[in-house]
Amino acid sequence: MPVKCSSSCGKNAILKRPKTGDALCKDCFFWAFETEVHNTIVSGHLFKKGDTVAVAASGGKDSTVLAYVLKVLNERHDYGLNLVLLSIDEGITGYRDDSLETVKQNRDDYQMPLKILSYEELFGWTMDAIVGQVGRKNNCTFCGVFRRQALDRGATLLGVNCVATGHNADDLAETVLMNILRGDIARLQRCTSIITASESEGSIPRVKPLKYTYEKEIVMYAYFKRLVYFSTECVFAPNAYRGHARAFLKDLEKIRPSVIMDIIHSGESLQVKDDVKLPVRTQCTRCGSVSSQELCKACVLLEGLNRGLPKLGIGKTSLANRAREQQDAQKTRIVNCDF
Amino acid sequence: MSQQQGLEITLEFGGGAELLFGNLKKHQVTLPACEGKWTIRSLLTWMKDNLLKERPELFIQGETVRPGILVLVNDADWELLGQLDYEIEAKDNILFISTLHGG
Repeated sequence: MPVKCSSSCGKNAILKRPKTGDALCKDCFFWAFETEVHNTIVSGHLFKKGDTVAVAASGGKDSTVLAYVLKVLNERHDYGLNLVLLSIDEGITGYRDDSLETVKQNRDDYQMPLKILSYEELFGWTMDAIVGQVGRKNNCTFCGVFRRQALDRGATLLGVNCVATGHNADDLAETVLMNILRGDIARLQRCTSIITASESEGSIPRVKPLKYTYEKEIVMYAYFKRLVYFSTECVFAPNAYRGHARAFLKDLEKIRPSVIMDIIHSGESLQVKDDVKLPVRTQCTRCGSVSSQELCKACVLLEGLNRGLPKLGIGKTSLANRAREQQDAQKTRIVNCDF
Repeated sequence: MSQQQGLEITLEFGGGAELLFGNLKKHQVTLPACEGKWTIRSLLTWMKDNLLKERPELFIQGETVRPGILVLVNDADWELLGQLDYEIEAKDNILFISTLHGG
Protein backbone atom coordinates (compact mmCIF):
# COMPACT_ATOMS: atom_id res chain seq x y z
CA MET A 1 0.00 0.00 0.00
CA PRO A 2 1.57 3.27 -1.06
CA VAL A 3 1.72 5.98 1.58
CA LYS A 4 -0.21 9.17 0.79
CA CYS A 5 1.34 12.64 0.87
CA SER A 6 1.07 14.28 4.32
CA SER A 7 -0.23 17.50 2.74
CA SER A 8 -3.41 15.61 1.73
CA CYS A 9 -2.98 16.52 -1.92
CA GLY A 10 -4.05 12.98 -2.75
CA LYS A 11 -0.84 11.90 -4.43
CA ASN A 12 1.47 9.09 -3.36
CA ALA A 13 4.40 10.07 -1.18
CA ILE A 14 7.89 9.55 -2.55
CA LEU A 15 10.00 10.57 0.41
CA LYS A 16 10.06 10.69 4.18
CA ARG A 17 11.55 14.00 5.29
CA PRO A 18 14.32 13.47 7.81
CA LYS A 19 13.72 16.84 9.46
CA THR A 20 10.00 16.50 10.10
CA GLY A 21 9.06 12.88 9.44
CA ASP A 22 6.46 14.02 6.89
CA ALA A 23 5.78 11.84 3.87
CA LEU A 24 5.61 14.01 0.77
CA CYS A 25 4.82 13.53 -2.91
CA LYS A 26 7.24 14.81 -5.52
CA ASP A 27 5.58 18.18 -6.09
CA CYS A 28 5.01 18.91 -2.40
CA PHE A 29 8.63 17.94 -1.71
CA PHE A 30 9.94 20.32 -4.38
CA TRP A 31 7.74 23.06 -2.98
CA ALA A 32 8.83 22.43 0.64
CA PHE A 33 12.51 22.21 -0.30
CA GLU A 34 12.53 25.41 -2.32
CA THR A 35 10.39 27.32 0.18
CA GLU A 36 12.70 26.42 3.05
CA VAL A 37 15.75 27.64 1.15
CA HIS A 38 13.84 30.81 0.27
CA ASN A 39 12.95 31.34 3.94
CA THR A 40 16.58 30.83 4.93
CA ILE A 41 17.67 33.43 2.37
CA VAL A 42 15.05 35.95 3.47
CA SER A 43 15.37 35.54 7.24
CA GLY A 44 19.18 35.56 7.06
CA HIS A 45 19.23 38.65 4.78
CA LEU A 46 21.70 36.86 2.53
CA PHE A 47 21.25 38.99 -0.59
CA LYS A 48 20.26 42.49 -1.64
CA LYS A 49 18.49 43.34 -4.85
CA GLY A 50 20.97 43.90 -7.64
CA ASP A 51 23.73 41.83 -5.98
CA THR A 52 26.08 39.82 -8.13
CA VAL A 53 26.46 36.43 -6.45
CA ALA A 54 29.15 33.89 -7.25
CA VAL A 55 28.06 30.30 -6.66
CA ALA A 56 31.11 28.31 -5.59
CA ALA A 57 30.66 25.39 -7.99
CA SER A 58 32.52 22.10 -7.75
CA GLY A 59 30.23 20.02 -9.93
CA GLY A 60 29.20 17.98 -6.87
CA LYS A 61 25.65 17.49 -5.60
CA ASP A 62 25.51 20.43 -3.21
CA SER A 63 26.75 23.16 -5.51
CA THR A 64 24.78 21.80 -8.47
CA VAL A 65 21.57 21.89 -6.44
CA LEU A 66 22.51 25.30 -5.03
CA ALA A 67 23.04 26.82 -8.48
CA TYR A 68 19.78 25.33 -9.73
CA VAL A 69 17.64 26.34 -6.76
CA LEU A 70 19.09 29.88 -6.68
CA LYS A 71 18.19 30.27 -10.31
CA VAL A 72 14.63 29.03 -9.65
CA LEU A 73 14.15 31.25 -6.59
CA ASN A 74 15.75 34.29 -8.24
CA GLU A 75 13.13 34.05 -10.97
CA ARG A 76 10.21 33.06 -8.75
CA HIS A 77 10.71 35.69 -6.05
CA ASP A 78 12.34 38.38 -8.15
CA TYR A 79 15.53 38.62 -6.04
CA GLY A 80 17.12 40.66 -8.82
CA LEU A 81 20.39 38.74 -8.51
CA ASN A 82 23.03 38.36 -11.13
CA LEU A 83 24.26 34.78 -10.66
CA VAL A 84 27.67 33.56 -11.82
CA LEU A 85 29.54 30.31 -11.30
CA LEU A 86 33.02 30.30 -9.77
CA SER A 87 35.06 27.11 -9.90
CA ILE A 88 38.49 26.28 -8.60
CA ASP A 89 40.70 23.90 -10.51
CA GLU A 90 43.00 22.37 -7.91
CA GLY A 91 44.89 20.47 -10.58
CA ILE A 92 43.95 16.92 -9.58
CA THR A 93 44.14 14.69 -12.62
CA GLY A 94 41.30 12.18 -12.88
CA TYR A 95 39.13 14.09 -10.42
CA ARG A 96 38.79 17.83 -10.83
CA ASP A 97 39.31 17.81 -14.57
CA ASP A 98 36.27 15.52 -14.84
CA SER A 99 34.13 17.43 -12.36
CA LEU A 100 34.82 20.71 -14.18
CA GLU A 101 33.10 19.19 -17.19
CA THR A 102 29.97 18.93 -15.01
CA VAL A 103 30.32 22.60 -14.05
CA LYS A 104 30.53 23.51 -17.74
CA GLN A 105 27.30 21.57 -18.21
CA ASN A 106 25.73 23.64 -15.39
CA ARG A 107 26.93 26.81 -17.13
CA ASP A 108 25.12 25.79 -20.32
CA ASP A 109 22.01 24.38 -18.61
CA TYR A 110 21.46 27.29 -16.24
CA GLN A 111 22.79 30.02 -18.54
CA MET A 112 25.24 31.39 -15.99
CA PRO A 113 28.69 32.73 -16.82
CA LEU A 114 31.51 30.56 -15.45
CA LYS A 115 34.95 31.57 -14.20
CA ILE A 116 37.53 28.86 -13.53
CA LEU A 117 40.62 29.75 -11.51
CA SER A 118 43.44 27.28 -11.05
CA TYR A 119 45.85 26.70 -8.18
CA GLU A 120 48.56 26.70 -10.80
CA GLU A 121 47.86 30.24 -11.98
CA LEU A 122 47.23 31.54 -8.43
CA PHE A 123 49.95 29.77 -6.48
CA GLY A 124 52.25 28.25 -9.08
CA TRP A 125 51.46 24.74 -7.81
CA THR A 126 48.89 22.12 -8.84
CA MET A 127 47.64 19.67 -6.21
CA ASP A 128 49.30 16.89 -8.21
CA ALA A 129 52.63 18.71 -7.78
CA ILE A 130 51.96 19.45 -4.10
CA VAL A 131 51.22 15.80 -3.37
CA GLY A 132 54.47 15.00 -5.18
CA GLN A 133 56.22 17.16 -2.56
CA VAL A 134 54.33 16.48 0.65
CA GLY A 135 52.96 12.99 0.07
CA ARG A 136 49.41 11.93 0.77
CA LYS A 137 49.29 12.60 4.47
CA ASN A 138 48.73 16.34 4.86
CA ASN A 139 47.71 17.26 1.35
CA CYS A 140 44.08 17.98 2.35
CA THR A 141 45.38 20.85 4.50
CA PHE A 142 46.98 22.47 1.46
CA CYS A 143 43.94 21.87 -0.68
CA GLY A 144 41.50 23.30 1.87
CA VAL A 145 43.55 26.38 2.75
CA PHE A 146 44.32 27.17 -0.88
CA ARG A 147 40.71 26.69 -1.97
CA ARG A 148 39.55 29.21 0.61
CA GLN A 149 41.97 31.79 -0.65
CA ALA A 150 41.33 30.92 -4.30
CA LEU A 151 37.60 31.55 -3.83
CA ASP A 152 38.34 34.90 -2.20
CA ARG A 153 40.60 35.94 -5.02
CA GLY A 154 38.14 34.72 -7.65
CA ALA A 155 35.36 36.69 -5.97
CA THR A 156 37.50 39.83 -5.95
CA LEU A 157 38.43 39.28 -9.59
CA LEU A 158 34.77 38.92 -10.59
CA GLY A 159 33.78 41.92 -8.44
CA VAL A 160 30.88 40.04 -6.83
CA ASN A 161 28.99 41.12 -3.69
CA CYS A 162 29.13 37.70 -2.07
CA VAL A 163 29.99 34.05 -2.58
CA ALA A 164 27.33 31.39 -2.00
CA THR A 165 28.65 27.98 -0.97
CA GLY A 166 26.83 24.64 -0.95
CA HIS A 167 27.46 23.79 2.71
CA ASN A 168 24.48 21.75 3.90
CA ALA A 169 23.10 20.95 7.35
CA ASP A 170 25.06 17.69 7.59
CA ASP A 171 28.32 19.50 6.71
CA LEU A 172 27.65 22.09 9.37
CA ALA A 173 26.84 19.57 12.08
CA GLU A 174 30.07 17.72 11.19
CA THR A 175 32.04 20.94 11.47
CA VAL A 176 30.52 21.76 14.88
CA LEU A 177 31.48 18.28 16.11
CA MET A 178 34.99 18.53 14.70
CA ASN A 179 35.59 21.92 16.28
CA ILE A 180 34.40 20.59 19.64
CA LEU A 181 36.63 17.53 19.32
CA ARG A 182 39.61 19.71 18.44
CA GLY A 183 38.86 22.35 21.06
CA ASP A 184 38.91 24.99 18.36
CA ILE A 185 36.78 27.56 20.16
CA ALA A 186 37.33 30.37 17.67
CA ARG A 187 36.08 28.27 14.77
CA LEU A 188 33.33 26.70 16.88
CA GLN A 189 32.02 30.17 17.52
CA ARG A 190 31.83 31.23 13.90
CA CYS A 191 31.31 27.99 11.99
CA THR A 192 27.51 28.10 12.24
CA SER A 193 27.17 31.71 11.03
CA ILE A 194 25.07 31.87 7.90
CA ILE A 195 27.12 34.85 6.70
CA THR A 196 30.83 34.91 7.40
CA ALA A 197 31.18 38.60 7.95
CA SER A 198 33.79 40.64 6.23
CA GLU A 199 35.86 42.01 9.07
CA SER A 200 38.69 43.32 6.99
CA GLU A 201 38.53 45.79 4.14
CA GLY A 202 37.89 44.24 0.80
CA SER A 203 37.00 40.77 2.01
CA ILE A 204 33.87 39.42 0.39
CA PRO A 205 31.21 37.76 2.58
CA ARG A 206 30.21 34.13 2.14
CA VAL A 207 26.70 32.85 2.57
CA LYS A 208 25.25 29.35 3.05
CA PRO A 209 21.71 29.17 1.66
CA LEU A 210 21.60 25.38 2.21
CA LYS A 211 22.64 25.64 5.84
CA TYR A 212 19.42 24.03 7.11
CA THR A 213 18.98 21.61 4.23
CA TYR A 214 19.62 17.93 4.90
CA GLU A 215 21.98 16.07 2.62
CA LYS A 216 19.36 13.39 2.04
CA GLU A 217 16.96 15.98 0.65
CA ILE A 218 19.65 17.54 -1.54
CA VAL A 219 20.40 14.17 -3.09
CA MET A 220 16.70 13.34 -3.46
CA TYR A 221 16.03 16.75 -5.01
CA ALA A 222 18.86 16.29 -7.50
CA TYR A 223 17.57 12.80 -8.30
CA PHE A 224 13.94 13.74 -8.88
CA LYS A 225 14.90 16.90 -10.80
CA ARG A 226 17.33 14.81 -12.86
CA LEU A 227 20.16 17.23 -12.15
CA VAL A 228 23.50 15.93 -13.31
CA TYR A 229 26.29 16.04 -10.77
CA PHE A 230 29.70 14.56 -10.30
CA SER A 231 30.17 12.01 -7.53
CA THR A 232 33.65 10.53 -7.64
CA GLU A 233 35.81 10.48 -4.55
CA CYS A 234 38.95 12.59 -4.70
CA VAL A 235 41.89 10.47 -5.87
CA PHE A 236 44.04 11.61 -2.94
CA ALA A 237 43.67 10.49 0.66
CA PRO A 238 40.25 11.32 2.03
CA ASN A 239 39.94 13.79 4.89
CA ALA A 240 40.17 11.15 7.61
CA TYR A 241 39.13 13.25 10.58
CA ARG A 242 36.02 14.58 8.89
CA GLY A 243 35.27 11.05 7.72
CA HIS A 244 35.06 9.83 11.32
CA ALA A 245 32.86 12.75 12.37
CA ARG A 246 30.67 12.04 9.38
CA ALA A 247 30.28 8.33 10.06
CA PHE A 248 29.48 9.06 13.71
CA LEU A 249 26.85 11.61 12.73
CA LYS A 250 25.24 9.30 10.17
CA ASP A 251 25.00 6.57 12.83
CA LEU A 252 23.33 9.01 15.23
CA GLU A 253 21.01 10.23 12.50
CA LYS A 254 19.69 6.72 12.00
CA ILE A 255 18.51 6.61 15.60
CA ARG A 256 17.38 10.24 15.80
CA PRO A 257 17.07 12.15 12.51
CA SER A 258 16.74 15.53 14.22
CA VAL A 259 20.30 15.20 15.57
CA ILE A 260 21.67 17.25 12.67
CA MET A 261 19.47 20.26 13.41
CA ASP A 262 20.05 19.74 17.13
CA ILE A 263 23.84 19.95 16.76
CA ILE A 264 23.59 23.05 14.57
CA HIS A 265 21.28 24.58 17.18
CA SER A 266 23.81 23.77 19.91
CA GLY A 267 26.57 25.38 17.85
CA GLU A 268 24.50 28.50 17.24
CA SER A 269 23.56 28.86 20.90
CA LEU A 270 26.98 28.32 22.42
CA GLN A 271 28.37 31.31 24.19
CA VAL A 272 32.07 31.60 24.88
CA LYS A 273 32.96 32.90 28.33
CA ASP A 274 34.44 36.39 28.43
CA ASP A 275 37.70 35.21 29.93
CA VAL A 276 38.39 32.65 27.17
CA LYS A 277 41.39 33.81 25.19
CA LEU A 278 40.59 33.92 21.49
CA PRO A 279 43.00 34.61 18.67
CA VAL A 280 42.79 38.16 17.38
CA ARG A 281 41.92 38.34 13.71
CA THR A 282 44.13 40.67 11.75
CA GLN A 283 45.48 40.82 8.25
CA CYS A 284 48.30 38.77 6.75
CA THR A 285 51.30 41.05 6.31
CA ARG A 286 52.15 39.38 3.02
CA CYS A 287 48.86 39.05 1.13
CA GLY A 288 46.32 40.99 3.22
CA SER A 289 43.92 38.08 3.83
CA VAL A 290 42.18 37.68 7.19
CA SER A 291 44.52 35.84 9.55
CA SER A 292 45.14 35.32 13.25
CA GLN A 293 48.89 35.13 12.66
CA GLU A 294 51.34 37.57 11.12
CA LEU A 295 51.38 35.38 8.03
CA CYS A 296 48.20 33.64 6.90
CA LYS A 297 48.13 29.86 6.54
CA ALA A 298 48.12 29.99 2.75
CA CYS A 299 51.26 32.15 2.67
CA VAL A 300 53.07 29.88 5.14
CA LEU A 301 52.13 26.74 3.20
CA LEU A 302 53.18 28.36 -0.06
CA GLU A 303 56.47 29.51 1.40
CA GLY A 304 57.08 25.98 2.64
CA LEU A 305 56.51 24.56 -0.83
CA ASN A 306 58.72 27.14 -2.49
CA ARG A 307 61.51 26.67 0.07
CA GLY A 308 61.35 22.90 -0.24
CA LEU A 309 60.16 22.73 3.38
CA PRO A 310 56.61 21.49 2.76
CA LYS A 311 56.01 20.75 6.48
CA LEU A 312 56.43 24.45 7.31
CA GLY A 313 52.72 25.16 7.69
CA ILE A 314 51.67 21.80 9.12
CA GLY A 315 53.02 21.81 12.68
CA LYS A 316 53.37 24.52 15.28
CA THR A 317 54.31 28.08 14.35
CA SER A 318 57.35 27.93 16.64
CA LEU A 319 58.66 24.85 14.80
CA ALA A 320 58.07 26.55 11.48
CA ASN A 321 60.02 29.60 12.57
CA ARG A 322 62.92 27.42 13.69
CA ALA A 323 62.97 25.53 10.35
CA ARG A 324 62.90 28.81 8.49
CA GLU A 325 65.80 30.24 10.54
CA GLN A 326 67.83 27.10 10.12
CA GLN A 327 67.45 27.20 6.36
CA ASP A 328 68.29 30.90 6.22
CA ALA A 329 71.39 30.31 8.38
CA GLN A 330 72.48 27.52 6.08
CA LYS A 331 72.03 29.72 3.04
CA THR A 332 74.14 32.44 4.64
CA ARG A 333 76.83 29.90 5.34
CA ILE A 334 76.83 28.73 1.73
CA VAL A 335 76.97 32.31 0.52
CA ASN A 336 79.87 33.01 2.88
CA CYS A 337 81.79 30.04 1.51
CA ASP A 338 81.40 31.37 -2.01
CA PHE A 339 83.32 34.53 -1.24
CA MET B 1 3.58 -18.45 -0.88
CA SER B 2 6.95 -19.58 -2.10
CA GLN B 3 8.31 -18.30 -5.38
CA GLN B 4 8.75 -21.14 -7.84
CA GLN B 5 10.66 -19.23 -10.44
CA GLY B 6 13.31 -16.61 -10.02
CA LEU B 7 12.37 -13.02 -9.38
CA GLU B 8 13.42 -10.58 -12.09
CA ILE B 9 14.26 -7.13 -10.82
CA THR B 10 16.39 -4.13 -11.75
CA LEU B 11 19.06 -2.78 -9.44
CA GLU B 12 20.44 0.70 -10.02
CA PHE B 13 23.27 2.61 -8.41
CA GLY B 14 24.07 6.30 -8.25
CA GLY B 15 25.96 9.01 -6.40
CA GLY B 16 29.14 6.94 -6.45
CA ALA B 17 27.65 3.65 -5.14
CA GLU B 18 28.12 2.22 -8.64
CA LEU B 19 31.88 2.27 -8.05
CA LEU B 20 31.46 -0.68 -5.69
CA PHE B 21 29.52 -2.66 -8.31
CA GLY B 22 31.96 -2.78 -11.20
CA ASN B 23 31.16 0.84 -12.12
CA LEU B 24 27.91 -0.32 -13.69
CA LYS B 25 24.87 1.82 -12.92
CA LYS B 26 22.19 -0.66 -13.95
CA HIS B 27 22.02 -4.40 -13.29
CA GLN B 28 19.18 -6.66 -14.46
CA VAL B 29 19.18 -9.60 -12.07
CA THR B 30 17.13 -12.68 -11.37
CA LEU B 31 16.91 -13.62 -7.73
CA PRO B 32 16.81 -17.39 -7.32
CA ALA B 33 13.61 -19.07 -6.20
CA CYS B 34 13.44 -19.34 -2.44
CA GLU B 35 11.19 -20.34 0.41
CA GLY B 36 9.13 -17.38 1.51
CA LYS B 37 9.41 -13.91 0.05
CA TRP B 38 12.41 -11.92 -0.99
CA THR B 39 12.84 -8.82 1.14
CA ILE B 40 15.38 -6.01 0.97
CA ARG B 41 17.05 -7.72 3.94
CA SER B 42 17.63 -10.94 2.02
CA LEU B 43 18.41 -8.99 -1.17
CA LEU B 44 21.29 -7.18 0.57
CA THR B 45 22.83 -10.49 1.64
CA TRP B 46 22.44 -11.80 -1.90
CA MET B 47 24.02 -8.63 -3.33
CA LYS B 48 26.93 -8.91 -0.95
CA ASP B 49 27.59 -12.49 -2.08
CA ASN B 50 26.87 -12.08 -5.77
CA LEU B 51 27.21 -8.51 -6.95
CA LEU B 52 29.41 -6.45 -4.66
CA LYS B 53 32.85 -6.16 -6.22
CA GLU B 54 34.93 -4.32 -3.61
CA ARG B 55 35.05 -2.79 -0.15
CA PRO B 56 31.77 -4.31 1.14
CA GLU B 57 32.00 -2.20 4.33
CA LEU B 58 31.32 0.91 2.22
CA PHE B 59 27.95 -0.55 1.24
CA ILE B 60 26.76 -2.88 3.97
CA GLN B 61 26.94 -2.46 7.72
CA GLY B 62 25.53 -5.29 9.76
CA GLU B 63 22.38 -6.42 7.99
CA THR B 64 21.52 -3.06 6.43
CA VAL B 65 23.04 -0.48 4.09
CA ARG B 66 25.70 1.83 5.41
CA PRO B 67 24.16 4.99 6.86
CA GLY B 68 24.22 7.68 4.17
CA ILE B 69 23.11 5.38 1.36
CA LEU B 70 19.57 6.15 0.19
CA VAL B 71 17.33 3.36 -1.06
CA LEU B 72 14.41 3.93 -3.42
CA VAL B 73 11.97 1.25 -4.53
CA ASN B 74 10.18 2.17 -7.74
CA ASP B 75 11.19 5.78 -7.13
CA ALA B 76 9.87 5.90 -3.56
CA ASP B 77 11.92 6.28 -0.39
CA TRP B 78 12.26 2.87 1.30
CA GLU B 79 11.65 4.59 4.64
CA LEU B 80 7.99 4.75 3.56
CA LEU B 81 7.92 1.05 2.69
CA GLY B 82 9.16 -0.78 5.76
CA GLN B 83 12.85 -0.59 4.85
CA LEU B 84 14.49 -4.02 5.28
CA ASP B 85 11.10 -5.77 5.57
CA TYR B 86 9.79 -4.55 2.21
CA GLU B 87 8.68 -7.57 0.17
CA ILE B 88 10.15 -7.43 -3.30
CA GLU B 89 7.91 -7.98 -6.29
CA ALA B 90 8.74 -8.95 -9.84
CA LYS B 91 9.90 -6.04 -12.02
CA ASP B 92 10.69 -3.88 -9.01
CA ASN B 93 13.33 -1.23 -9.58
CA ILE B 94 15.58 -0.75 -6.55
CA LEU B 95 17.96 2.18 -6.56
CA PHE B 96 20.84 2.80 -4.18
CA ILE B 97 22.25 6.35 -4.07
CA SER B 98 25.30 7.20 -2.04
CA THR B 99 25.23 10.62 -0.40
CA LEU B 100 28.77 10.20 0.80
CA HIS B 101 30.73 11.09 -2.30
CA GLY B 102 32.23 14.23 -3.68
CA GLY B 103 31.60 17.85 -2.89
